[in-house]
Amino acid sequence: MSDQVTPTSGSASGAGTVSLDEGHHVGSGGLPATFENPGLPPHVHRAADDDPKAAKRAERQVAALFTLSILGTLGFIVSYFAIDRTTSVFLPFVGLTNLLNIMLGVCLGIALLGIGFGAVHWAKTLMSDEEVVEERHAIASSDAARADFVGALAAGAESAQLARRPLIKATAGAALGLFGLTLGVQLAGSMGNPTKALEELKQTIWDVPTGGKPIRLVRDPELTPIKASDVTIGSVFHVMPETLKELREHNVKEGHSEWHGVLEAKAKAAVLLMRLNPSEFKDDVLGRKARDWGFQGIVAYSKICTHVGCPVGLYEQQTHHLLCPCHQSTFDVTRDCEVIFGPAKRPLPQLKITVDDEGYLVAPQGFAEPVGPSYWERLK
Amino acid sequence: MNALAARRRHPAAIAILLFLGLALVGTAYSLLAPKPAQAAVATADDAELGKQLFLANCATCHGLNAEGTKSGPTLMGVGAASVDFQVSTGRMPLAGPNVQAPRIDTVKFTEEQIAAMAAYVASLAPGPAIPDAKLTSGEGGDVALGGEIYRVNCAMCHNFAGSGGALTRGKYAPSLYGVDGKYVYEAMITGPQSMPVFNDTNLNPEAKASVIAYLKATQAEPNVGGMTLGNLGPVSEGMFVWIFGLLLMIACAFWLGQKAA
Repeated sequence: MSDQVTPTSGSASGAGTVSLDEGHHVGSGGLPATFENPGLPPHVHRAADDDPKAAKRAERQVAALFTLSILGTLGFIVSYFAIDRTTSVFLPFVGLTNLLNIMLGVCLGIALLGIGFGAVHWAKTLMSDEEVVEERHAIASSDAARADFVGALAAGAESAQLARRPLIKATAGAALGLFGLTLGVQLAGSMGNPTKALEELKQTIWDVPTGGKPIRLVRDPELTPIKASDVTIGSVFHVMPETLKELREHNVKEGHSEWHGVLEAKAKAAVLLMRLNPSEFKDDVLGRKARDWGFQGIVAYSKICTHVGCPVGLYEQQTHHLLCPCHQSTFDVTRDCEVIFGPAKRPLPQLKITVDDEGYLVAPQGFAEPVGPSYWERLK
Repeated sequence: MNALAARRRHPAAIAILLFLGLALVGTAYSLLAPKPAQAAVATADDAELGKQLFLANCATCHGLNAEGTKSGPTLMGVGAASVDFQVSTGRMPLAGPNVQAPRIDTVKFTEEQIAAMAAYVASLAPGPAIPDAKLTSGEGGDVALGGEIYRVNCAMCHNFAGSGGALTRGKYAPSLYGVDGKYVYEAMITGPQSMPVFNDTNLNPEAKASVIAYLKATQAEPNVGGMTLGNLGPVSEGMFVWIFGLLLMIACAFWLGQKAA
């Protein structure tokens, strides 16, 4: 190590070397006071720069790549018209596949890659690669040009009598400024009524009007009512409100399409119904609330994840965990669907249920909180 | 003795000791391990034979009277369908403790033995019976209705194409490819492991038959989309693009950055 250090002056032990026991020496390190700009390394010519044969070869290669692209494009057009849409072929490693798709894809790939590779190969072999220095010029215009411009503006304003006719100045300004509103109103209008939209986020078709009849829980997609005795322990039912049927009937009566607004309503109203052994609910505030809002161990929860609104449908009947397939948020049914894993921030809203006179499961009231993902105004 | 003591620090000593120890344990295990009972008398009463098989193969975990132990649940009321599903698909007897019993294709019992065990367990308490072959063949089921029911009730765990999917903490919903309709039906009525029960009041037998018909139809459908990448959706497709697409782009970047010769 110490061999590499060769102090030019101040060496104590003569021979120009420093041994470890000599302590610290201030050395100059042999560094010059200033460095000279070494400049660019010498330019090295490419084969095609010096050898006309190599240049000719590069030219042929570039032309061949462009020709390949032309063939690809022609192949694309021919395939587009010539190949039947339903023809399929067997390709090794890929399997049975649609011939038209394969041909269009391969030809398009060849056409585009031919252009790209040709251009790059051309630039790399034949276009000049001499290093040049381009001096930067000042960004600002000269003082004279700037003075000219200000003069021209002032003269224009003077000749238009802008300063002398304040009425025109004010009305023209207002006209131009107000015109922006025609665009702004359309933009704001297309976003819908914000107050109504916020209200809609809080409503589902589970909501029972004051004094209204409790809503029956029905199977999705058959829309048949569910008896409490149908739901055995360990079962899971995918549930919709009976009002969904009424919505469709109402649509038909009003002359709309039967499915008008049905998907939107379903998206918020989807509910998962499970039956646990009542003793399996945790004996704490959350677990007791979950059990009390259910009926003999049957509980109903919104299927819409409180993270970004995926359907939480993966119910594990042994652990009583509900898993969201999108981001793995996991909810514990025995503790009121509290979040035990994943990005969701709030438990799934529970739907309070009971049974009617005929033994069918009903919801006497809607959800106590908005279903689905959080939104800004939810906190207010 | 002295020579042995002198060599006890030899580098190979540990390896030799380990080998001897393993060989000893292995031999002892093969001599002492409990062996699965073989079929006794085929002519005996089904439930009686089933009981013998149960005592030899299942009672360790499920208890001598199928009352359940810390290692296994009670089999009271699980029904013949449950036994048929678990044993015929190789899930039981459990090969080793794990988060989930996997499907194993080499079944350890003959059909008669399984039927005997099913008869024994069914005799303990009433439970779902082995479904009629008419319902489990999938023939005559409504494929369109089955598809709708499948998408609402099954697809979230078993995947849109029935390729299965992950659950929490290492558990998973198995693939439904090539699974006999009988076992699909039995799984629905018994709710094995993490799977919930879909009893006949939830999905009536016709609906279940339709689901099986739908599964058969989708699996028989020719796929002209080329490589399916396991029909797992964006996970495997994204992985494919990440690996091959990125490699291609890195190669292009290298080529662009290289000076021509």
